[in-house]
Amino acid sequence: MGEQVQDRQSFVPGDQAFQDDLRRRHRRAKRWQVFFFASLVVGLLALLALFANVADEAFGTIAIASKYSEAEVLAALSEARGVTVEGPLEALENDDLAQVLALYIPRRVPVIVRDELSRVKPEDFTRVPLREALAGATLPPDIADLTISQLSLEQQTAILSANLTHDVLYARVLNDVIGLDILKSWTLSRTLFDYAGIEAEFQALVAAQDPPNPQLKPHSWLNSTFVTGTQSSYPELAGIRTAILGTLWIMALTMLIAFPLGVGAAIYLEEYAHSGNWLERLIETNIRNLAGVPSIIYGLLGLAIFVRALAPISSGALFGFNEANGRTIFSAAMTMALLILPVIIIAAQEAIRAVPQSIRDASYGLGATQWQTIWYQVLPAALPGILTGTILSMSRAIGETAPLIVIGASAVIFVDPSGPFSKFTALPIQIWQWTARPQEEFRNLAAAAIIVLLALLLVLNSAAIILRQRVSNRLRG
Amino acid sequence: MMSSNGDGRYAVQIRHLNVFYGPRLAVREITMPIARNKITAFIGPSGCGKSTVLRAINRMNDLIPEARVEGEVIYRGENIYRPEIDPVEIRRRIGMVFQKPNPFPKSIYDNVAYGPRVLGIKDRRTLDQIVEQSLRQAALWDEVKDDLKKSGLALSGGQQQRLCIARALAVEPDVILMDEPCSALDPIATERIEDLMKELVVDYSIVIVTHNMQQARRVSEYTAFFTTDESRTGELVEFDRTDKVFSMPSDPRTADYIAGRFG
Amino acid sequence: MQNQATLQKREIIATALNRQAARGERSALHQRTRLWERVIRYLLLMCGVVSIFTTIGIVVVLGSEALLFFTPPTWIDSFKTLQEPITATATELAISGAGTPLEAGEIIRMVNEEMRVVSVDAAAGTITVERAINGTVAAPLTAGVDILRADSVTLGEFLTSTQWMPQLGSFGVLPLLNATLMISAVAMLVAIPLGLSAAIYLSEYASPKARAVLKPVLELLAGVPTVVFGYFALTFVTPLLRSLFGIDVVEIYNTASAGIVVGIMIIPTVASISEDALRAVPQSLREASYGLGATRLETVTRVVVPAALSGIVASFILGVSRAIGETMIVSIAAGAGPKFTFNLFAGAETMTGHIVRISSGDISYNSIDYNSLFAIGLLLFVITLALNILSRAVTARFREVYQ
Ligand SMILES: Nc1ncnc2c1ncn2[C@@H]1O[C@H](COP(=O)(O)OP(=O)(O)OP(=O)(O)O)[C@@H](O)[C@H]1O
Ligand SMILES: [Mg+2]
Repeated sequence: MGEQVQDRQSFVPGDQAFQDDLRRRHRRAKRWQVFFFASLVVGLLALLALFANVADEAFGTIAIASKYSEAEVLAALSEARGVTVEGPLEALENDDLAQVLALYIPRRVPVIVRDELSRVKPEDFTRVPLREALAGATLPPDIADLTISQLSLEQQTAILSANLTHDVLYARVLNDVIGLDILKSWTLSRTLFDYAGIEAEFQALVAAQDPPNPQLKPHSWLNSTFVTGTQSSYPELAGIRTAILGTLWIMALTMLIAFPLGVGAAIYLEEYAHSGNWLERLIETNIRNLAGVPSIIYGLLGLAIFVRALAPISSGALFGFNEANGRTIFSAAMTMALLILPVIIIAAQEAIRAVPQSIRDASYGLGATQWQTIWYQVLPAALPGILTGTILSMSRAIGETAPLIVIGASAVIFVDPSGPFSKFTALPIQIWQWTARPQEEFRNLAAAAIIVLLALLLVLNSAAIILRQRVSNRLRG
Repeated sequence: MMSSNGDGRYAVQIRHLNVFYGPRLAVREITMPIARNKITAFIGPSGCGKSTVLRAINRMNDLIPEARVEGEVIYRGENIYRPEIDPVEIRRRIGMVFQKPNPFPKSIYDNVAYGPRVLGIKDRRTLDQIVEQSLRQAALWDEVKDDLKKSGLALSGGQQQRLCIARALAVEPDVILMDEPCSALDPIATERIEDLMKELVVDYSIVIVTHNMQQARRVSEYTAFFTTDESRTGELVEFDRTDKVFSMPSDPRTADYIAGRFG
Repeated sequence: MQNQATLQKREIIATALNRQAARGERSALHQRTRLWERVIRYLLLMCGVVSIFTTIGIVVVLGSEALLFFTPPTWIDSFKTLQEPITATATELAISGAGTPLEAGEIIRMVNEEMRVVSVDAAAGTITVERAINGTVAAPLTAGVDILRADSVTLGEFLTSTQWMPQLGSFGVLPLLNATLMISAVAMLVAIPLGLSAAIYLSEYASPKARAVLKPVLELLAGVPTVVFGYFALTFVTPLLRSLFGIDVVEIYNTASAGIVVGIMIIPTVASISEDALRAVPQSLREASYGLGATRLETVTRVVVPAALSGIVASFILGVSRAIGETMIVSIAAGAGPKFTFNLFAGAETMTGHIVRISSGDISYNSIDYNSLFAIGLLLFVITLALNILSRAVTARFREVYQ
């Protein structure tokens, strides 16, 4: 190094050595610039790979087998009806679908009635009159006082057709009659670039296993049944409605708790806390520290406090609900609220700090009190910023998985949450559970659920960007 | 409507006023009156404490956490720094107009109606009346009467400053403190504000801080000249009738400043 | 000669104020009580105090549950049973079964009675015991009774043992800590060069327009939920590693894949904080360097980066803290089961991964498993808190330099 400096001192501009050195330095500079840029690109490529990978898994081709083919079922139905019924199965009316169930699995029809519609205990179902057993269902008056076993198959079928949604009936047909079975699934990239390979694999599969009615078809794992259906052990039928509802419930409750607390704390710290006393300093430092605590720690906190210590409250037992334990939406929302509270406080503090002091001066100068100044001037001016920060914190909370798992939300849940004291599952939990399964089909489902989650995030973030735009326009006047 | 107690000639009397920012003494031993229904001008070099004294008159300094005030400011026979006095009420009666026009990011109407509203006036017709009269007093009514819903920030700088004056007038203060109200404005807008002050002084007592000697000369009846000592603490050098200060200053520092020899 | 309109307005305001005065206010200039203002102020203060209670909650919960974990004794299965029935007074017992042999001096428990082992005769398969210690009552026992042995987890064992096998009563956190640190190290190997370079590019090279596009796109990375990153690690990076290094070398669950993806996840953290630090370096410093004939690279590496060093270091520390606390990526991709290994291509469970796995199963409160989660949590909390405080201390120093 010292040598080099001495060398340089002897350089004279225009000197050959000087020129060479300069060129060398520039080349080096150029190389590093490329490296810096490449680093940035690697980050962006990772993002791209992530999205591409998810899309690759969420769409593709599947090989399915079924006990009966659609055509067979349609033919049988046509024969029973005496007219030709046109497919596809999914387009059939409710009574046609119910008829299919009656044709193929007559003895399971009352069981389906019980599973889908019964309001009484299973052991009472066959004994009490339908008026009671199926309370709330649409029933012809003449059969209301009979029990299910006294009905004819036609009458039972009519109950199904009148009371179940098309989706449920169709799922039943697929599940119980057609007996759909996914043999194998291929990714989108293979479907696009190596369809011949897929077909060869399919043929080999058929030759080896000889499944009934094998079929190869393109498939989008992200579809309407998926978004609106409930959890199922058949990947083809599994849906995430319960998880989406769980996530929405948790988010709504979390915000209800965290937003007022967070904004309140931020107002205090920015507008009142000027004396610099120990309590105010402690709160301020404490919030910065909490923001860095790993989310799983909040999970442990929620487990010990909300789920366990406050079980009578969090299970709703105190309010007359009878959940068995405190692993409810309430506990999840409380935990999440504590988790994002520091984030909201910090964002709201920044938004409040950005309100020009001149606005406060003007208000005080007119004889407004401190709270009037805050309520009528500071908060309205800071609100878009506060909302932006809140939405961003929300999008962090939506993807949080670890605390939910720790407070015990990992059970498989089939029923939609109905209130703060319901058991629940949530989108990220569902993704995690499916990802952890070894079967390829569940990975596909996880990918489809990821797309739904990312779409939800996109909506939230767009809202935040629009709000931010608004605020900058507003401050410009 | 005039003050019932205290010296009828003076709106405010400042006595032995010291203001500290943290440990630092910013202004020392200020004693002077503010004459009723007259314009008093504060002049002096930058940093000599004009704004500090001005803000001490309506307790705006309370809003600066590290500021501390000693001495007395007598208003209506009471020292406004006594603990039982309500600063909020003081600021209602002693209004303020700031250097940079600072309308609220709201409509013109809401800007002017804000003061009466926080005083508890909710009746729409009363508010309409106050807003119109205040805007007329501030000579802004004719320019904005058709779009009172427009944002206050959409006005020109001079109009914004007059809006701020109208806003201050809407709560009917006794005294109006103006901290360099024209420094951000062009000469024409400045002239309008000066004319406005001359009209308003019939009903209000006005204090104006200015760096513009001509302005002080044109509008004010009394002038206070401040400067700083070696320790950068502000002090009142001279207080007298404006014509006297400008024609026969009793202190050489005043003469130097007016002649443009420093500051 | 006052203005008529002004007088009128004064009248209106005076009326309004009188109405207020009638509501029990004293002299015109005197203080109002304004109870409402005071109530609001205290309510807002309470909002802030909630955050203190959160911290207290964390410390108390982790501390007290972890304390239970370290409080002796915990009864664990010795995998041995009583071979022959004994009377209430017998002191020589025949035992059978596998597992680590009992040792003299050890406390054992059968049904409700606690005994101290006096001597062990391994060859004969018998032990001599002192009956009914610790206030328990001696009773006859039937053959086949399980022998439990007292085990207490000491802080020393917790921090130094390389075995985490709850069923054997060994609770050494090192395998978990080791996996955590290994993943964090890999993550930082990815995030430091990439994050810092990206920061340098954005702050020193990119045009304002390019920056306005590139930075938000990079920050999108920070918005991706970690469970999605976990999915990415397992279904993209792991297969990639396996095809690069061989299926036999790289296990399905491995720390390398998890580490790389954790690294990608924290690139935006490192990049955006470093970039802030770089941009805070006064322009005059750069100009001085250019003025001496330095190229842009020389200016960056010899002037700008050293000047922003404390901010950059703070970003690294924060990155490490996030890597250590990261949960979903490691729980999905790094594998289940604590293993003390330095092989990046083998699976090993981290502290966070362990907490997730155990708590997602059926655990009963007050079991040693349940308490052990909080002991691990406490360690995690202490480490990340220390790193966060350190990072802020470093940043604070950096602020001093430039203000
Ligand atoms: N909020 C504050 N904190 C600390 N010191 C302050 C504060 N405001 C003013 N000062 C100091 O008090 C002194 C007087 O300031 P002041 O603003 O009253 O001067 P001024 O005469 O109005 O100046 P200018 O003509 O520039 O407005 C200055 O030295 C200033 O630095
Ligand atoms: Mg000033």
